Amino acid sequence: MINLSHFLILAALLFMIGIVGIFLNRKNIIILLMAIELMLLAVNMNFIAFSYYLGDIAGQIFVFFILTVAAAEAAIGLAIIIIVFRNNRSIDVEDINRLKG
Amino acid sequence: MDYSSAVFYFFSFILLFSAIKVITSRNPILSALFLVLSFFSAAGLWLLLQAEFLAIALVLVYVGAVMVLFLFVIMMIDINVEVMKKGFWNYFPAIGFVSIIMLTEIILVLNKPFFKTPALFKAPIKSNTDAIGEVLYSEYILPFEIAAIILLVAIIAAIALTLRGKKMHKGIDPAIQISVKKSDRLKMVEMGINKFKTKKRVKRN
Repeated sequence: MINLSHFLILAALLFMIGIVGIFLNRKNIIILLMAIELMLLAVNMNFIAFSYYLGDIAGQIFVFFILTVAAAEAAIGLAIIIIVFRNNRSIDVEDINRLKG
Repeated sequence: MDYSSAVFYFFSFILLFSAIKVITSRNPILSALFLVLSFFSAAGLWLLLQAEFLAIALVLVYVGAVMVLFLFVIMMIDINVEVMKKGFWNYFPAIGFVSIIMLTEIILVLNKPFFKTPALFKAPIKSNTDAIGEVLYSEYILPFEIAAIILLVAIIAAIALTLRGKKMHKGIDPAIQISVKKSDRLKMVEMGINKFKTKKRVKRN
C-alpha cells in the first residue's frame, strides 16, 4: 500500500535531480530554468501529498499560489533570457559578466 | 500489489526518467518535451492523491502556456549545442557525491514509521474544485488578490523588458523636438529682388 513516505521520497528524488541539473547545465540558462521548474514540481508534490494524507485542503491552496508565482517567474525569466541573447548573441552564463561581479 | 500502487510506480518511474532526460539531453527542445512528459506524469500522481483541480491546472497552465513559452524562446534564439556541452560532466563527481549524501539523509528521515501513517483522508462530500473554491474565496481572499497583482506585474515586466525600439512608431520624440535649431528648418535664399534694391540704393547715394 502506498503511504506518505513513498510520495515524500519521490519528491526528494525529483528535487535532487533538479539540483544536479543546475550544476551540470551551468552554461545554458534555459535548462537552468527547467531545473528550477523540476524543483518547484517536487515541492508541490510534497504539499499535495501532505494535503491528502492529513486531510487538509490548505496544502492545495498553497500549490495554487506556487503555480501562480512560478508562471510569473518563468515569463519574466524568459524575457530576461531574450534580452541577454539580444545583447550578447549567446545565452552562455560565462558570457554574462558585464557587471564584473 | 494493488491497483493504486501499480499506478504510483508506473507514473513515478516515468516522472524520474523524464526528469533525468530533461537535465542530460543534448538538445534543449528535447529537454522541454521531456519536461512536458514529467508534468503529465506528475499530474497523474496528483490525480491519485485526489487533487483533481490542481492536476488539470498543471496540465493546462504548465503544459499549455509555460512550456509553449519555453519552446518559443528556445526556437527564437540560436543555441550552439557543442559549445554548451563542453565540460558538461566536469562537476558531476562532486555534485553526484553531494546529492547522494543529501538523498540518503532525507530518506533516512522519511523512512520513520511516523511518515507511514495511512491516510487520514475522509471520503469527499463535494468535488475538489468546490472545496478549493470555498476556501480560496473566503479564507484566502487576500493572497488570491495579491496573486492577481503579481500576475499583472509579470505581464507588464515581460512586455517592458522585451519591448524593442520604435521602428514603425509615428509619435514625436520630445528630445529631438527640443534640440532642433533654427538652421535646420529655415534656409535663407539669395533672390534677385535683393540685388535690385542694393543697386537702387547705390544710385541714390
